[in-house]
Amino acid sequence: MATVAGERLFGKAIKRREDPRFITGRGQYVDDVKLPGMTYAAFVRSQHAHAKIRRIDASAALKHPGVVAVFTGKDMTGVNSLPCGWDLRKEKNIPGVVQDLAMVPHMPLMSDAARHVGDPVAVVIADSQAAAVDAADKVKVDWEPLPSVTATDKAARAGAPQIHTSAPGNVAFKWEIGDRSATDAAFKGAAVTVKKRILNQRLVANAMEPRACIARFDTATGELTLWVTSQNPHVHRLLMCAFVLGIPEHKVRVIAPDVGGGFGSKIFLYNEEVVCSWASRQLKRPVRWTATRREAYLTDAHGRDHVTDAELALGKDGKILGLRVKTTANLGAYLSTFAPAVPTFLYGTLLNGVYTIGAIHCEVTGVFTNTTAVDAYRGAGRPEACYVLERIVEAGARALGMDVAELRKKNFIPRFSGAYQTLVAVSYDSGDYAAAFDKLLQMLDYKKFRAEQAASRKQGRLLGIGFSTYIEACSIAPSKLVGALGAGAGLYESAKVRVHPTGGVTVYTGSHSHGQGHETTFAQLVADELQIPIEQVDIVHGDTGAIPFGMGTYGSRSASVGGTAILMSLNKIKEKGRRIAAHLLEASPNDIEYVKGQFQVKGVPSKAVPFGAVSLTAYVPHKYPDNLEPGLEETSFYDPSNFCFPFGAHACVVEVDRDTGTVKILRYVAVDDVGKVINPMIVDGMVHGGIAQGVGQALWEGAVYDEGSGQLVTGSMMDYALPKADMLPLYETDRTVTPTPVNPLGIKGAGETGTIAATPTVVNAVVDALAPLGIDHIEAMPLTSERVWKAIQAAKAKR
Amino acid sequence: MYPAAFDYHAPKNVKEALGLLGKLKDDAKILAGGHSLIPMMKLRLAQPKHLIDLGKVPGLSGIKADGKALVIGAMTTHWEVESSSAVKSKLPVLAEVASVIGDPAVRNKGTIGGSLAHADPAADWPAAMIALGAEMVCEGPKGKRKVGVDQWFLGLMATALKEREILVQVRVPLLPAGSGAAYMKFPHPASRFAVVGACAALTLDKQGVCSKAGVGVTGAGTRAVRAKGVEAALVGKRLDAATIEAAAQKAADGVDVQADLQGSVEYKSHLCRVFAKRAITEAVRRAGA
Repeated sequence: MATVAGERLFGKAIKRREDPRFITGRGQYVDDVKLPGMTYAAFVRSQHAHAKIRRIDASAALKHPGVVAVFTGKDMTGVNSLPCGWDLRKEKNIPGVVQDLAMVPHMPLMSDAARHVGDPVAVVIADSQAAAVDAADKVKVDWEPLPSVTATDKAARAGAPQIHTSAPGNVAFKWEIGDRSATDAAFKGAAVTVKKRILNQRLVANAMEPRACIARFDTATGELTLWVTSQNPHVHRLLMCAFVLGIPEHKVRVIAPDVGGGFGSKIFLYNEEVVCSWASRQLKRPVRWTATRREAYLTDAHGRDHVTDAELALGKDGKILGLRVKTTANLGAYLSTFAPAVPTFLYGTLLNGVYTIGAIHCEVTGVFTNTTAVDAYRGAGRPEACYVLERIVEAGARALGMDVAELRKKNFIPRFSGAYQTLVAVSYDSGDYAAAFDKLLQMLDYKKFRAEQAASRKQGRLLGIGFSTYIEACSIAPSKLVGALGAGAGLYESAKVRVHPTGGVTVYTGSHSHGQGHETTFAQLVADELQIPIEQVDIVHGDTGAIPFGMGTYGSRSASVGGTAILMSLNKIKEKGRRIAAHLLEASPNDIEYVKGQFQVKGVPSKAVPFGAVSLTAYVPHKYPDNLEPGLEETSFYDPSNFCFPFGAHACVVEVDRDTGTVKILRYVAVDDVGKVINPMIVDGMVHGGIAQGVGQALWEGAVYDEGSGQLVTGSMMDYALPKADMLPLYETDRTVTPTPVNPLGIKGAGETGTIAATPTVVNAVVDALAPLGIDHIEAMPLTSERVWKAIQAAKAKR
Repeated sequence: MYPAAFDYHAPKNVKEALGLLGKLKDDAKILAGGHSLIPMMKLRLAQPKHLIDLGKVPGLSGIKADGKALVIGAMTTHWEVESSSAVKSKLPVLAEVASVIGDPAVRNKGTIGGSLAHADPAADWPAAMIALGAEMVCEGPKGKRKVGVDQWFLGLMATALKEREILVQVRVPLLPAGSGAAYMKFPHPASRFAVVGACAALTLDKQGVCSKAGVGVTGAGTRAVRAKGVEAALVGKRLDAATIEAAAQKAADGVDVQADLQGSVEYKSHLCRVFAKRAITEAVRRAGA
């Protein structure tokens, strides 16, 4: 889109600059990279949920035409376990640890046993993909099948199969937050208490592009280049070099080119990337691997999978006096990169929601099971917290006989800016929760809906409305704080801004776009600050060979943390430009201001030099200040002082088909407050996509393991029901704007809001629709037609 | 998702295709639209050594009306049926069925003959073919033969098609005046296959009494079946709501209902009744319109 210099782009819905390339098939994804002499990897994976490996016989596979090598775990001497980047140990003074995290080994290729279906035990490398796959079928593994456990609530039961020797009883850790005795006291003084079992089922991330990698070891330079589907190439490089392979970081370049979605699943270091990198060094040839969709289902980190018992204590007036939460979190067979953080510090710390609550106590037990590892999936802990809170709050309102909207209103934290200290460690930045909710009620015409609902109920229709209000912690994160909580990394962001002699600008950002639209939003920011046309701005990301050390994109952090780093570099550029311009204008730098793309003497537009003249002078420094370095290039690292806390209120109107139990969404209304917004169209898109995923969890999605065999039953898109366009309504969205004081841009973060809010919204609506039948809760999601129909039948039988 | 190696054959006529089939026997599979076989091959659930592609055989696709029936070539895509003016004017229920198969990509490539020969228990066409009393025209080394739909579906992905035969045509009888037909489906939320699908084709006489009823049920069991009990409860009666309700109660009789993630036997049996009722109700409405 052509823009005019000086036109303010912050807040403008300009079209995404990256889209022409994507929608015309000219994106360059990992699988598009073709190298001379490259080989193809195919992994031999366990068909068993749990089995000892007696012997692996690769002789037949090695004879297969085109096979270059077959490797097993025993060949990978000197290679370490994949690391877990979050520690929960008392000796590290991590708050809340009740039982230390069991750091169980997770080898790139398993040699002793397989612990979930899909666990890799060998790799076949061949001259063609077909040869690799055919030969992988010929690798004979002598298995000794063992009993398995996949269900979250059964993993730690007496007699459950033991998965790791270093994690007795399959307990990974125990952790708590809040005040147990204050919470006990609150329940004693309550007028009404409710207790519900609330299940948050396991999800599969389902990025559109499957994971892929290509590793090329260059024998001439000793450098390894890894192209990989990553949300954070520097994190991949650090973890792989320092922890797993023990190779020098400066000799490894990680490139995450165009990446087709991640939803968290591409944050983590995976077995295949390590194996291909190692194998390339052995074979001195490039080794490539692209996951099949089946492999994606079996090996991409899954999300959620909590079993929770939640209790709420209410006063007669509807005030929330206490919240007690006991959660078992299924971590899968191994510890994925950030797995322990998700059901603890990204979960328990969000249970205060947007409410004033008397007391909170939450305890979490992490368990190992014979399933795919669980880690951050869009929202990561926060959707689980919001779901528990919003379900139990609704149950409380129903028990008290109070309108669900009314009860929420009574408990909102009053408007504030600066700090609101919650009962669960974090301190909110700014909020006006009632304003968002009021706007939502207005958009809904809530009173009118209740009247329509009453009339429709008389006709036997099952119409319901559901709400959720939510808070999320994003723009992750203050490094010191997360370090004290067990993070193995700092969570700042970096940006290098290079002004070229002729005035063009390239930004090298540590953030990574895999759908977020940084090439547009970041460029809007730069064009505004430098008052130059957006066409003069390019954004580079995803290549450790080009960008400064950066932490990547997840946790709705790019605009707020990455954007602020860019802003800091731009300020440095302008400051240096001011000194160069002052010299050219023979004025004092203090008298120079930057107006409409030129440096001018304050108040004297006729005495000015344009940005391009200053940039040229920086590189052709003939007439130049003494003691000033030539060049115009600045790098900044921004480490936020706090999280940012977006919030909002969503509502949904549903109708349940009494005969089939099928839920139809009639309306979906969302009011989000993500602070200031750079590009409203892109934020709308994020909200829409997030709602689709949240609705998907509420109604259709779910990774199901067969209890007996441990097989993933929903292992393909033919079985795992992702939301499709025709299953969703047209969304009605709006925003309130409460800027954060945490960063100078006032941006909170928008990437995960819809996912967090939508799931409880829909489930609450279905429960409301079924309320006339005496139903006040449905324990498990997704609310498939059968599950809803059975709830109706059970309610009928009770009457 | 790479299939095992196979040889590909593209015969230019049916005779050549039959010759290949005779020569290669069990090692060969006929390829029509490829929307059932290819996914199974990619998962290596099917590993045929030879594929005989009917895509280049002329004369196997297209829709004609011969006065008594719509004659649909086996290689006619679902989309061709869905969009055919002959279908829309003479037997619109076929367009209705086609329009709810899979998604546009599936409908553009998948074929009616491929679907009927594959006999997926959750396919949509079988319910309609049963309700309408279709005939399958099979061609083998000794020429053509017709198989009535009631003899066609033998079990899970098993049909009356013989080893050396190719399904070349489907003949669907037209409905007399005063008829109505409807297909109602509970789609699988992921695959869009029929968890349960019911098709009803009814003929009412001038007094509004049902003179002929065809009801097919697909999805719930290992094969699509004719709901004989439902048909018997409709014929000879005026089809008021109570009669329809009572008839639909028999919709799961004779269906070997299979439990899976989409439903227990109890729920799927219930869905058979619900969707039979809906299909009959709509067919009656259309018959009267």
